[in-house]
Amino acid sequence: MTDATLNTMEKPRNQWWDVWDQFKTHKGAVAGLVFLIFITLFVTIGPIIWDVDPGKLNIRNKNLRPIYMALFDSEAKTAWANPMGTDNLGRDIMANIMQGGRISLAVGWTAMILSVFLGTLIGVLAGYFKRLDGLLMRFTDLVLALPLLPLLLVMMLLFRDPLRAAFGPENGIFILIVVGIGITSWMQTARIVRGDVMALKEREFVLAARSIGTPSRRMITRHLLPNVLSPILVSATLGLATAIITESALSFLGLGFPSDFPTWGKILFDSVDRMTQFPERVLWPGLAISLTVLSVNYIGDGLRDALDPRIRGQ
Amino acid sequence: MKLKTALLSAVATVALAPMAFADGHEGERGRDGQLNIIYWQAPSILNPYLSGGTKDIEASSLILEPLARYDQTGAKVAYLAEEIPTVSNGGVSEDLTSITWKLKEGLLWSDGTPVTSADVVFTAEYCMDPEGGCAQLSKFEGVETVEALDDLTVKVTFSGPQPNPYGPFMGGQSPILQATQFADCMGAKAPECTDANFGPIGTGPFVVTEFRTNDVIQLVANDNYRDASKPAFATVTFKGGGDATAAGRSVLETGEFDYAWNLQLAPDVIASMAEAGVGTPVSAFGTLVERLEMNLTDPSPSLEEGVRSTAEAPHPFLSDEAVRRALSMAIDRDLLVEVGYGQAGRPTCNLVPGPEIYASTENTGCLVQDIEGAKALLDGAGWVDSNGDGIREKDGVELRILYQTSTNAVRQDFQALIKEWWGEIGVETELRNIDASVFFGGDPGSPDTFQRFYADVEMYANNFDGTDPQAYLSMYSCDKAPRPDTQWQGENINRYCDPAYDALLVELGATADQAERSRIAIQLNDMLTKDSMTIVPLVDRGRVSAHANSLGGVVLNTWDSELWNAADWYRIGDNR
Repeated sequence: MTDATLNTMEKPRNQWWDVWDQFKTHKGAVAGLVFLIFITLFVTIGPIIWDVDPGKLNIRNKNLRPIYMALFDSEAKTAWANPMGTDNLGRDIMANIMQGGRISLAVGWTAMILSVFLGTLIGVLAGYFKRLDGLLMRFTDLVLALPLLPLLLVMMLLFRDPLRAAFGPENGIFILIVVGIGITSWMQTARIVRGDVMALKEREFVLAARSIGTPSRRMITRHLLPNVLSPILVSATLGLATAIITESALSFLGLGFPSDFPTWGKILFDSVDRMTQFPERVLWPGLAISLTVLSVNYIGDGLRDALDPRIRGQ
Repeated sequence: MKLKTALLSAVATVALAPMAFADGHEGERGRDGQLNIIYWQAPSILNPYLSGGTKDIEASSLILEPLARYDQTGAKVAYLAEEIPTVSNGGVSEDLTSITWKLKEGLLWSDGTPVTSADVVFTAEYCMDPEGGCAQLSKFEGVETVEALDDLTVKVTFSGPQPNPYGPFMGGQSPILQATQFADCMGAKAPECTDANFGPIGTGPFVVTEFRTNDVIQLVANDNYRDASKPAFATVTFKGGGDATAAGRSVLETGEFDYAWNLQLAPDVIASMAEAGVGTPVSAFGTLVERLEMNLTDPSPSLEEGVRSTAEAPHPFLSDEAVRRALSMAIDRDLLVEVGYGQAGRPTCNLVPGPEIYASTENTGCLVQDIEGAKALLDGAGWVDSNGDGIREKDGVELRILYQTSTNAVRQDFQALIKEWWGEIGVETELRNIDASVFFGGDPGSPDTFQRFYADVEMYANNFDGTDPQAYLSMYSCDKAPRPDTQWQGENINRYCDPAYDALLVELGATADQAERSRIAIQLNDMLTKDSMTIVPLVDRGRVSAHANSLGGVVLNTWDSELWNAADWYRIGDNR
């Protein structure tokens, strides 16, 4: 009996190992994580190995089918040099999907981080400090009422030229889009976080912490934030999906990146016209978008279970 | 005298060459049975004076006829008139204020009554009635009086000199109505005459037997048509409605219909339909030209508003003609046509690609891509890449172009191709596409409109109405440049300004002689395109229709109704 007690005392386990153990039991989450790592490596390391310029036109090799089409249809125009085929101007589709993924993922992550940061900050402040509550929540309502597209149109008008001059056409638009999506999608997170913080504030452990004189800063970081992590993660995963999709819609309307700058959404939209003849051109970017969004959602699901001490260990 | 006759008949043979085939199919009226026509927009009325819709004007052209029509080259052909009045034959007065038309003798309406000058006068009164809302009133612009000199002669007098007096009674938009049928339909009562509007009595090859609004028209051959051997078809079913794809299929794939109008479909879609071998797509070209506009003023954002993109600040490098010319030389227009328009496009170097009498046939220099020549031209003009970054420069100015257009799949393909070619000659291009409703919206507050032109190069298409390019060419006079004090409105997008051009425009406005007008118009076109490369035309965009392989005599015409020569159509082969 004593030995057993000693054993547990000897090995104090880091709580993140428990989280990881719980996370591993969620099959969907593990599969999602594997896919996310794969797609990230595909778009970051991929272009280094597959060294083809995505913007390079090759009219003679236009409309090539993916290499697997040769299995079903010996007539199909295929080439090993373009394993996923080429588009109607002879641009390599694989290189475009890699390059497009870089942009889409970068926009998605950056915009999501920005919106989660803003949402959490405003939600916690509104929930914890009573004086700020009314002001911040009315501000949230105000931003919620702003329509995204006209707002981005105005932002384009005002800031496109200065940003283009300061950071170049691609980076300027990148900053504009990320900021545009970020500052228009934090409101849901803020509302959820505020509600949870207000409920937690009345719990006994918070009262206990306050009674020993814990300052507000420590109170928020030590006691409140870890407990609202799961709703934040869930809204973060949803935010990533929305950001990728919003960026696609913007590019299509001509408000996004220049037309020679591929993103998954834009490849998808460009291919819709010839969908019946070349289904693969819609399929691949469409799969990439949906699988990325799905895997991030599963990871969020798994994380929520793993981070909840009541579920963990059951 | 004999020589003259021989020459005349030679001319006539050349003129009638397209008809020569039809001549082999002469015979009695109605010999070829049934003709089926499909328009994917359904006609809702058969009186072109009460509708601006192309579908209504074209459907009514089977029944109603004007004094003269435009043929497929844009030249005028007499229909009900004896001949085309001109200054040289005395039909148009020397001071260009009046035109006198003479009707053919012995013309009959489909009800058997004679056609007289009273009908022509009535038609003018009908349209110009102040209480009526005539859809074709613009055709009668400047008309002071229309009077009958005798039973067959009509004189139209204008309030001022009219170098182009062929507005009234010319083309499918302005046919002659029967005075007795429409006598009670003047002014505000015009839309109430349902019977007359749905079944006008005409002089054309066919007569309406049944008209179902927005659906089907049944017609039979006109017994009183002036040529006893025409039309070849006894009955016509004119079906309306559906969409362009369905109409295309019904002619090209299933063969249910003989003629389908205006197939606005992607070139590969039409080509895959035509593979069925039942019908043939035909195309004809009007005046719609996809072009690059070069900005002659500086659109740099570092300039203050009011100076940016105005004549005060000339463009740092596009004001150099060598650069503009090199940019044009680098473009392979054949490839652009193949990628974007297929049969519905052809490469062009002209701003005014038609009608033939106004087209500058000499201007073909841009049709061949010449990358090496472009490089040499830039080298010669002092634009060289001295710092090794792949972009040419001169006096510290680098050839970096912002190239904008509206959002449209074909235009973005064009942008990608042109960017690549310009990259080859050492010019860096940044692409921008703007939503079409903003780009063409004309909002003076928006910096993204095509008039504002806050870019170096932009691409879009434009055309002109009718066959006379005078108004179109006058868009490029100095005073039409968009600028802050015109609220950024104006058609001179490039801010082109040449006193010689303006002087020539004034001359065009005072010239009536056709040959002289053509010469001046061609010269104006050349000044804008091959001489200065201010406008770099890319593709002449046409219209595609389709007819069954068994239907002969079809001549697609973009200057008048597509059914303008339906009287000459016939059935090929034995399947009558």
